[in-house]
Amino acid sequence: MTNKLITPTPSRRTILKGMAAGGALLATGLAPRFTQAQSSAPIKLGFQLHRTGIGASYGRWYERTAGAALTALNEAGGINGRPVEIVFEDDGTDPKRGAEVVEKLTSQAGCDLIFGTLFSHVVMGSAPRAGELKVPYLVCSEGHHVASGALNRWTLQPGITDVKSQVQSMAPWVTSTLGKKITMVFPDYAFGHDHRDFFTAAVAAQGGEVIKHIAIPPTETSFTRYFPQIPSDTEVLYHVMVGPAVLTFVKELGEFYGTGARPEIFGFIDSLEAVNIASPGLEFLEGTHFWEGHPRYKQADASAAETAYRAAVGVDDTGASVSDPADIATYAHMFSAWETLFVIRDAMTTAGYQGPADRQKVVEAMEAMVSFAEGNDHPQGPKVFNGKTHQAFGLQSVSKVEGGRLTRVHQTAMEDGFYPDEVDYTTQSF
Amino acid sequence: MTADRALWLHLGVLAALLAAHFIAPAYHHTNIARIMVLAIYAMGYNIAFGYTGLLSLGHALLFGAGLYGAGLLVYHAGAGAPAALVAGVLAGGAMACAVGLLALRTAGVAFMIVTLMFAQAGYLTILYFGSYTRGDEGIVIPRAARMLGGLDLSDDGTRYLVALLLFAVALLVNLALVRSPFGRIMVAMRENEERSRMLGFNPFTVKLAALTVSGLYAGLSGAAYGLLFGYVGASLASVQYSILPLLYVLLGGAGTVLGPFLGALLMFYLIDYASAVTDAHQFVTGAALVLLILFAPKGILGTLRARAIRWLP
Repeated sequence: MTNKLITPTPSRRTILKGMAAGGALLATGLAPRFTQAQSSAPIKLGFQLHRTGIGASYGRWYERTAGAALTALNEAGGINGRPVEIVFEDDGTDPKRGAEVVEKLTSQAGCDLIFGTLFSHVVMGSAPRAGELKVPYLVCSEGHHVASGALNRWTLQPGITDVKSQVQSMAPWVTSTLGKKITMVFPDYAFGHDHRDFFTAAVAAQGGEVIKHIAIPPTETSFTRYFPQIPSDTEVLYHVMVGPAVLTFVKELGEFYGTGARPEIFGFIDSLEAVNIASPGLEFLEGTHFWEGHPRYKQADASAAETAYRAAVGVDDTGASVSDPADIATYAHMFSAWETLFVIRDAMTTAGYQGPADRQKVVEAMEAMVSFAEGNDHPQGPKVFNGKTHQAFGLQSVSKVEGGRLTRVHQTAMEDGFYPDEVDYTTQSF
Repeated sequence: MTADRALWLHLGVLAALLAAHFIAPAYHHTNIARIMVLAIYAMGYNIAFGYTGLLSLGHALLFGAGLYGAGLLVYHAGAGAPAALVAGVLAGGAMACAVGLLALRTAGVAFMIVTLMFAQAGYLTILYFGSYTRGDEGIVIPRAARMLGGLDLSDDGTRYLVALLLFAVALLVNLALVRSPFGRIMVAMRENEERSRMLGFNPFTVKLAALTVSGLYAGLSGAAYGLLFGYVGASLASVQYSILPLLYVLLGGAGTVLGPFLGALLMFYLIDYASAVTDAHQFVTGAALVLLILFAPKGILGTLRARAIRWLP
């Protein structure tokens, strides 16, 4: 039996035939998309996913968003001509398990890079291990932990604005539009304390005053006993809650005020992420305002990129899943999984990424980035990236509940969210 | 001869763990280091529960005392890792002694509830003083502060060997303790407290001493976890971390010296492999424990001891 496929020394005629055939393929666009790469092996990206635990409702949508972004990325040719895979691994929204997942994705699954973490305590628990393993760790958390300098050179947040910037950029609008005497209701743990500290300072800078802080323990399941603490001269009630009890919190707030007089209410949409705003008992939210990182309801002036993003992820114009109207997206945050993937692509492209030996170049390429233009890669809007603090800054929205839907009434300027650098990671060693 | 066999078995386990340092793949290498640290915690729990019969649901408070005793000292006072490690051990022991003085006035279910409440109060205290502890978010111990006598604890090899050293000391002290006269008194308290009292032993003193030793172990484990892995957070002092050592001990075998390590090892990999297969990994873990309780209520080593290896300490 002869094997016609094996020719130890190809003849000149064979080579010419091959070149002609290859040229024809390229010219007709029939060549595989991933031909230029030195290695055609897939680039493996690890995704630290909150599939279970307190962050599960976010994790489910982060997974869908990352999956949709991956499809778009591969259809456009992958990274450096190589296809891309995402390895999802559940961390149970637990910091100890988070560190183990970083280890697993890096050492066992052989991922080139890790991204996707949302909850701050998981980021804090995992980042040290990422730094030790010298693997880029890109978080989608909105926590101030990265920009505060608490983490390391390998940890960056290029896909979402941090809470300090978000909160600070809200203060001018709140004090000038809703009122200057503010009562804050927030969860009594680090995320809530960030809101308390940053917003209180920002309000003071605007000539306003936070007249009462009401911290609610994280174990609380009923909130009625806290509402009487709201001073009667409160002009604006600022609320932010997270976790499984958010719906109870908002409903009980409505029951507390009933149909009587109430202060202006301004909340972070975190209080209602994955919750249908048209749920029974939430009627009192009509006329109140919310911060949104990315407007849940499609706005009249939505860009083509925004429309394409919704279609790709499978979210309708009301922020619900196209396959299940009762399944509400965590829309204000999940864009970060999408946008971070495209930042990864750009950084790996710039770094000429071939394998784990180039991980440091990826971080350096990201640190050299300064801005991301609005478009298909960044449907939430344009961003400025601070390579020293490893933190992105974007535009924030204030939406008003009108007719049972959220309509944007204000968008911040980029500068509203800037604050002095608290760290320069580029001076740290790898 | 029996004593020698037991000692050689434990030394053999330590030798195997030392060998694993050289041959274990990177992923499992770090996992085993983590498991050894958690096994110290479980050993401490076993001293209270497995040997003395004190079913506590509040050991996360003691683990947290060690974790924060070391972590806050490093983070806020700039203390070195050696001082922090000692502080963590002492914090765990002191906390156990303080809780024991009050909780040991109760017994049985009441003891479980009181210890659970103490632990929950401790957890909420960590959250309440968020400006110092950063609450649930926790604090990252800088790499520069994780130096132990010139050893960089963030280095994988060093971390493993330090974890092994601490584990070895904890294991051998545990072995010596349970084979000592005091160890037999602990078991006597577990088996028949009234008879022990009639024999002249003060149950309160014995149980307080056992609980304090248990706290020293938990404190060592907490401090080591913070320094070796660089993270100190409130979730590590939550109720889940009171349940975990109980599960480790039940799985490995309550009242056996090696049981806590075996339980921690198996539980870690059960969760690890189950989570790779299904989202419902907690169900798998739960089902495994139900089966264990039904068919091997003494745990793996406890069952082996009952059926074959009667000399196992």
